[in-house]
Amino acid sequence: MDLKDKLLSSFLAFENTMDLNHPVHEVRSEAIKNFEEKGFPSKKEEAWKYTSLNSLQKVDFSIFPKQENTLEYKDIKKYFLHEIDTYKIVFVDGVYSSYLSETTHDVVDVCLMSSAFNKPMFRPVLDVYFNKAASKDESLTTLNTAFCREGAYIYIPKNKMPKKPIQILHLATGNEAALMLQPRNLIVAEQNAEVQIIERHQSLTENEVFTNCVTEIFAAKDAIVDYYKVQNDNNNASLVDNTYISQKDSSVVRVHTFSFGGKLTRNNLNFYQDGERIDSTLKGVTILGEKQHVDHHTLVHHAQPNCESHQDYKGIFGERSTGVFNGKIVVDKIAQKTDAFQQNNNILISDKATINSKPQLEIFADDVKCSHGCTIGQLDEEALFYLRSRGIPKKEATALMMYAFANNVLESVRIPELKVRINKIIASKLGVRVGFDEL
Amino acid sequence: MKMLKINNLHASVDDKKILKGINLEVNAGEVHAIMGPNGSGKSTLAEVIAGKEEFEIKKGNIYLEGEDLEEMAPEERAHKGIFLSFQYPVEIPGVSVTNFIRTAINESRKGRGMEDMPANEMLKLIREKSQLLDIDRKFLSRSLNEGFSGGEKKRNEIFQMAMMEPKLAILDETDSGLDIDALRIVANGVNKLRGKDNAIIVITHYQRLLEYIVPDFVHVLHDGKIVKSGSKELALELEEKGYDWIKQEAAV
Repeated sequence: MDLKDKLLSSFLAFENTMDLNHPVHEVRSEAIKNFEEKGFPSKKEEAWKYTSLNSLQKVDFSIFPKQENTLEYKDIKKYFLHEIDTYKIVFVDGVYSSYLSETTHDVVDVCLMSSAFNKPMFRPVLDVYFNKAASKDESLTTLNTAFCREGAYIYIPKNKMPKKPIQILHLATGNEAALMLQPRNLIVAEQNAEVQIIERHQSLTENEVFTNCVTEIFAAKDAIVDYYKVQNDNNNASLVDNTYISQKDSSVVRVHTFSFGGKLTRNNLNFYQDGERIDSTLKGVTILGEKQHVDHHTLVHHAQPNCESHQDYKGIFGERSTGVFNGKIVVDKIAQKTDAFQQNNNILISDKATINSKPQLEIFADDVKCSHGCTIGQLDEEALFYLRSRGIPKKEATALMMYAFANNVLESVRIPELKVRINKIIASKLGVRVGFDEL
Repeated sequence: MKMLKINNLHASVDDKKILKGINLEVNAGEVHAIMGPNGSGKSTLAEVIAGKEEFEIKKGNIYLEGEDLEEMAPEERAHKGIFLSFQYPVEIPGVSVTNFIRTAINESRKGRGMEDMPANEMLKLIREKSQLLDIDRKFLSRSLNEGFSGGEKKRNEIFQMAMMEPKLAILDETDSGLDIDALRIVANGVNKLRGKDNAIIVITHYQRLLEYIVPDFVHVLHDGKIVKSGSKELALELEEKGYDWIKQEAAV
């Protein structure tokens, strides 16, 4: 039985464990119909031309983990940004771990989707926001919707801000030979609210893990959302991340995606600008080796006038790794005075590495500023000579230059400790001895 | 033993001959100025000594303290004590001046089979040398050369030179882009680094810098060859008469 059939038959069993009178039941039923009809995307589809899910569909994934697994904090501490105090929502094999988490209902709600689904007090928020930004016809998104049950639920009321950043951590223990996870997150920042979120998926063994994640983010008028995705998983972990962001007037949403590992990572990052004077930022650093694959598919939909978007993705590809960048910008006819910027720079450091980069601009307004640039190249010889003339050997000089190349994306990271952590991951990934403790 | 000895050096890039038989000897304790019109090969000479790989040595040799440099990579030459101050220093975003110099010093020490410099020693050295060049703390934590003014870039080059304490320092057009105050600070820094055990080669188009860094010898480079050598007075003569008479003399 292939994965699609297994999922479809599992859905019946899954449904039996759920409240059939709950309004989400209908959403799930619609969603599974869509997935049944469409199935997994294939390489024949333009959007999936360079990323194949074929091999994943042959794996016998366990869809509902059988046992509850416990982990000691000391064993997984390194996957947290532990240098600062944060709220934590931690899932172990898809199951919430209260032991490892620190949630709150004090002023803001930092808790679980399962609570939000089950408790009537959350119903008004769900009615307004749940599944309103996520696609109703993209097959993997609807697959996630069909099985949605658990994930992070974050609600920041008007004019509020949580006391500290929030970390969402999805851990896979490897107790199952192969595990499929489908977390579903909902994040709402009401008018003039502000929140910082760090998200990480981490597999703890070499056992196969396939995560199909959906996150919906709503930023109301004047809200500010900073979302950081840290993707540094091991070589049998695959991730399809579908993030849908809907912004209202004068809101600011910044998403940073740091992709340093994993077997296959596909990021579908979708921004919908539903208001004026909106600022959307999408930045990423990708550093890959071995046979790793990362595919960034971004979409910024400018649907109202006077908005901005800033995209900057840097990629460094070594060994036999492959990268994809597809940046789509849509500017509706009424979205005059749009200022959309897109940049994608890549360095190939191996003859066998590949990058496919494609800007895709669909502009229907006539008074806009849209710029895009894409480069694929090698390192600047003159700069390399400069570093070597200072006694830095070629290998280290090369690494230092790549570090510098990736580094300027980090400038907009607003959590200093996270910036240092990412810096260290980049430095160790490239093998440079650059100290970050200022003398 | 000579600090630097260059013997009948011919160098080309993409089959274009640039250096056409350079002979030069520099002793420890000396400052040599190399002057010449644009395109005469001054920067090429500096870069060839530092080991830039795009140049092909067709003929001749370069010796540092009797050791042939031919097979040595740029970093190995740096480990042996050669320092080139660049005309156009490169920007390295995200790496502070301090971190860069620490990396350069420790990589050089590693190249010489030494341990890393202890942090407190490094700190002391940085403090000492930054005072020498009137560099403040804030400057040290900025990204290397990123957004630096022309003067800041050059001052930073001399700061790195001071930190690395080279045997042979080559200053390539260090005066270009400097106003008179910056020029004075940079020259002052260079002068304080002069000693009986090291040598400096100053490459410049104009005599101005040589009022501050007074050379022991002046050489004029024209069309890939040293066509005239003399004392510091030669620089004044060039300033007065320009380079044309040299070109004419060379043509004879």
